[in-house]
Amino acid sequence: MRASIALFATVVGLIMIFSFKTPDTTRPPTAIAGLPTPAPDSTSPSPTASPSGSESPSPAPGRYRDGQYTGSDISMRFGDVQVRISVKGGRITDIQTPHMPFDRPRSQEISQEAAPLLYHEVLQAQSAQIDSLSGATYTSDAYAQSLQSALDQAHS
Amino acid sequence: MGTAISLDMRAPWVGPEVVDEFFAWLGSVDERFSTYREDSAVSRVRRGEVAVLDCDSDMSEVLLLCEQVRLASSGVFDAWTHSPEGFDPSGLVKGWSIDRGAEILLSGGARNFCINAGGDILAQGEREPGVAWTVGIRNPLEVGGVAKVISVRDMAVATSGAYERGAHITNAVAPGAPGELLSITVVGRGLTLTDAYATAAYAMGDAGTSWAASQPGYGVFAITRPERAVWDGEFDKLIETGAKAGSAGARS
Repeated sequence: MRASIALFATVVGLIMIFSFKTPDTTRPPTAIAGLPTPAPDSTSPSPTASPSGSESPSPAPGRYRDGQYTGSDISMRFGDVQVRISVKGGRITDIQTPHMPFDRPRSQEISQEAAPLLYHEVLQAQSAQIDSLSGATYTSDAYAQSLQSALDQAHS
Repeated sequence: MGTAISLDMRAPWVGPEVVDEFFAWLGSVDERFSTYREDSAVSRVRRGEVAVLDCDSDMSEVLLLCEQVRLASSGVFDAWTHSPEGFDPSGLVKGWSIDRGAEILLSGGARNFCINAGGDILAQGEREPGVAWTVGIRNPLEVGGVAKVISVRDMAVATSGAYERGAHITNAVAPGAPGELLSITVVGRGLTLTDAYATAAYAMGDAGTSWAASQPGYGVFAITRPERAVWDGEFDKLIETGAKAGSAGARS
């Protein structure tokens, strides 16, 4: 029981994309489902309720299936962002960015800053050392969207 | 493109309907306050189709908060002059919507959660029993770097800086100059004013750090070029003991 609680306590994330605050939008605001996703039917159990009192250390049901998942290519003001994740043992073990915007000098500056840091952030969030980072970028929003679509694929 | 809002919740858990209500609330804020939606109330105000005070009570509340920050910042933060296209309360709406959303979670029974809205954070309660939330402040001068790690309980942390210099921040000093202000982080209760103060302080340039420090109950941590950090006593007071021995630059 304790093990499953710890697993769920690691990260419960839900991400939603809004249209306010940043301009240059060409896509409508999208709500994207989060990690353990609350079912649309509110009578279903809470995402935090472990289905069983299993003492197995294996990932809880509903975590990620092992494999490699490539997120959507997300367009943002500085170019395209795409994230690819590798999952092993139900946890994210690697994050790559096949596409980061490098088309203009300013974009390069921002990408170089954003890519390694965001990589750091996601892995840190898993290891629960830094819970959250203050100071964001436009790139980070596109990163979050692409990451989320990769996570959706990895979600069993 | 928009603002990504993430919710990290820890025990005690709440039902999915509470989380759904939280995100539905944020959706309704987006519908009414987005400057990029033709049919939002803000867009209707801009077109002169309706007066701000004739919209709903949320709009009036936002307007009053905008006025409060405009007066406190001697007009630097001004929802009426910020955009050439007219009324634009975006600089305040994000923090306000998070604070109101947090009330939904709290009244639904949640006690411990951390909301990150595009790099501005509301850390409610604690990460686990006896352990505060850990927040990293990005270092704008170091690739992938974190300038400072702080531990907070029931606290908002907002950063405005060079890495997010976009349309929503004006009046910033010329980039590249020595002593250039690169980022300002404000720590305080509630994300509404914490975020608005960070935005206003960064827009003020060099004067912003001391202005933010002069706001009672709010602490400030600023990073300038070359790599230097300055912060005030209130900042030290609001972050947890033990996290103060940061790796950031010299205190001045």
